[in-house]
Amino acid sequence: MKTVNSARRDFLLQMGGVAGAAWVTAQWPGILAAAQHAHAAAKANPPPAFEVLTPEEAREIEALSSTIIPSDELPGAREAGVVYFIDRALKSFAADARPAYEKGLADLRKMTSEMFPGVERFSAATPGQQEKLLAKLDEDSRSGRSTGLEIGGPSGMSFFATLWFHTLAGFLVDPEGGGNRDYAGWKVIGRDPAHTFSPPFGFYDKDYPGWQAASPETESK
Amino acid sequence: MTQAKTTYKPSDEVDFVIIGSGAAGGVLAKELSTNGFRVVVLEQGPYLTEVDFTHDEIEVFNNHRLTNDPKRQPVTFRKSESEKAVLQPSVMYGRCVGGSSVHFTANFWRFHEIDFIERSKVGGIPGTGFADWPIMYADLEPYYTKVEWEIGVSGRAGASPFDPPRSKPYPMPPLPVKGSGVVFERGARKLGYHPFPAPMAILSQPRPGRSACVNCGFCLGFGCEVGAKSSSLATVIRMAEHTGRCEIRPNCYVHKIATDKNGRATGAVYFDAQRNTHLQKAKAVVVCANGAETPRLLLLSANNAFPNGLANSSGLVGKYLMPNSGAIALGVFDEPLNDYKGPAVSRVFHDFYELDAKKLGFYGGGGLDARFDLTPVAFAMRALPPDTPRWGKEFKKALQQNFTRTMEIFCHATSLPVASNNFSLDPDVKDAWGLPALRMTYQDHPNDMKMMAWMVERAMEVLDAAGARTKWHPPISETSFAVHLLGTCRMGNDPKTSVINPDHRTHDIPNLFLCDGSSLVTSGRGQPTMTIQALAYRAADRITALAKRGDLASPVSHAT
Repeated sequence: MKTVNSARRDFLLQMGGVAGAAWVTAQWPGILAAAQHAHAAAKANPPPAFEVLTPEEAREIEALSSTIIPSDELPGAREAGVVYFIDRALKSFAADARPAYEKGLADLRKMTSEMFPGVERFSAATPGQQEKLLAKLDEDSRSGRSTGLEIGGPSGMSFFATLWFHTLAGFLVDPEGGGNRDYAGWKVIGRDPAHTFSPPFGFYDKDYPGWQAASPETESK
Repeated sequence: MTQAKTTYKPSDEVDFVIIGSGAAGGVLAKELSTNGFRVVVLEQGPYLTEVDFTHDEIEVFNNHRLTNDPKRQPVTFRKSESEKAVLQPSVMYGRCVGGSSVHFTANFWRFHEIDFIERSKVGGIPGTGFADWPIMYADLEPYYTKVEWEIGVSGRAGASPFDPPRSKPYPMPPLPVKGSGVVFERGARKLGYHPFPAPMAILSQPRPGRSACVNCGFCLGFGCEVGAKSSSLATVIRMAEHTGRCEIRPNCYVHKIATDKNGRATGAVYFDAQRNTHLQKAKAVVVCANGAETPRLLLLSANNAFPNGLANSSGLVGKYLMPNSGAIALGVFDEPLNDYKGPAVSRVFHDFYELDAKKLGFYGGGGLDARFDLTPVAFAMRALPPDTPRWGKEFKKALQQNFTRTMEIFCHATSLPVASNNFSLDPDVKDAWGLPALRMTYQDHPNDMKMMAWMVERAMEVLDAAGARTKWHPPISETSFAVHLLGTCRMGNDPKTSVINPDHRTHDIPNLFLCDGSSLVTSGRGQPTMTIQALAYRAADRITALAKRGDLASPVSHAT
């Protein structure tokens, strides 16, 4: 699988072919800077230890995000390292969601033991129980969809909405953003991690003959 | 070969201070400095370049690396002037050198002849300030051509039978067709429409210092890492700096235009990154801060001589906001389109550019484009069919099936100018600098709602004819979020009914000019940037002529 660095390196190598050597020469200092930037980003990838979450919180969040995007023959939230992304999120762009997580996890613990007496925490529940619990959380939080280009954010969102957004982001964000480990999420959705593409892109443009003005023949096809 | 950057001191009285470095500000900076004037451009955002850009959706959409940050720059919203506005991030614009042209889709349609004379042709519409422009398409045509050739626009001349006349072909061929474009073309032609290769401000061929598009797919919302998107940053800003007469000064938040006792502008007052206040002195001030911040700045600059804000004798500063109507339909196909590759759009049709108001019962028109502008996280959050579970095995399966097979048809269309749709200063909410926040008041004209409901049904028919196996559209909803910020300091010959004259000079202050989306009189069909840039090239010619004949200090003549 490709790491951030190798994808970026492939991109830089391909640039020569795509744009011509002159462009690369003109841009060389910039390209080096970009490569260094990517390198720094890669080094900042999930550390082995959690920096915000306690081990218990991390275990619960991993169980929750794995219920949102389960693992099967293809990677799920667990393999994509979503919980590490969330740990990082809580000290960067989503720092203000920390109380929502704390309260949400406490409420969930209570809800778990109420719905399933004897089960102490979400991560200890069976998969079937976990689905019922998540369904309840989801139902209780049917709001918090955002508008416009803003694709989500912690302020004012429910615990479920926050967790859902962070799980999707941690699964699918470009690895430069600290999630989607080894492109696990992109493997599921079929997004090639390459940095540049050439046509044809897919099935329908393979045999496209080139644009022609409409004629009676083409219109009847 | 790095050229030393030109700098001026705030106390140096330069010829022009330009506020904003986006689509219009970049062009004016390039043109005025090329014409020999000394220019300072004040940009509120940072000076980012290609190496600073990223494919990280969180960084771009949540941390607002390229756009206004609602946390520091709160915006309030209400539907009518009788309501109290509430905090709501209802406006988005580029906040970096290059402005919104850095992150935009780069759809680059010219306006047509009809856009300038529609009031005369259609007649008045109750409840609106619908008006003709004081200039015609023919006045702008040379400047449209200049934009295409100077910044680099890909397209095919003559491909749409609805296109207005042009003096030159595009400088380079269209970008590659995408799967969405192929099926859209097929469906649209079955229905008798005339799809054509989308004109895009993205290079299909390299230019010096810029790569052709590499089809990375992180386009709408993102800055281009290879300089292929023809933003002001990648084009005119660099040309302006190359003259040696233009300083681009980032991280400068202008909050007041200073005036003297004769009622003339003397410069721009701004906070620097450390929040120190400076006055950049200039012989003339050109505001290109976008259709939200330009009127806000004029209102913030109110003083004893201009108690209602600068250039506001008409009372129209901030009024007639037109955000362009929009609607979207989505379709899923059997085979992979892989539409995540390439720029968002590759095919368009303009058969609905000028609809028959009498027959349909509403005024307006627009264009439809075939696109996929959803990066992976945004796709997962927003673009699965409405009946899809949003977590669990079925959710994952839908992501797996649909990401490569989904496309969108975006309907772009007119908005009517309504005076009660506007930007003003919020009386209570302040931004992080302690200045009154932007307040947006907006309620769609019923006509615009009818038009969108009609148009999105046509998009559904095209998806059907194109062979989509599943199709749906989000409900047509009232506008509460604007990215096209148009009409709020409109152009006209009459100082009572407009803010600027056809030279972009404010009617009230002879050395104060405005040029950006706020100048527009009508909204066009949803793709304003090309027209904003053509206006900017034309404005630069007019302002240069005025300056060269020493006219910037004289009383304004309203004769044209």
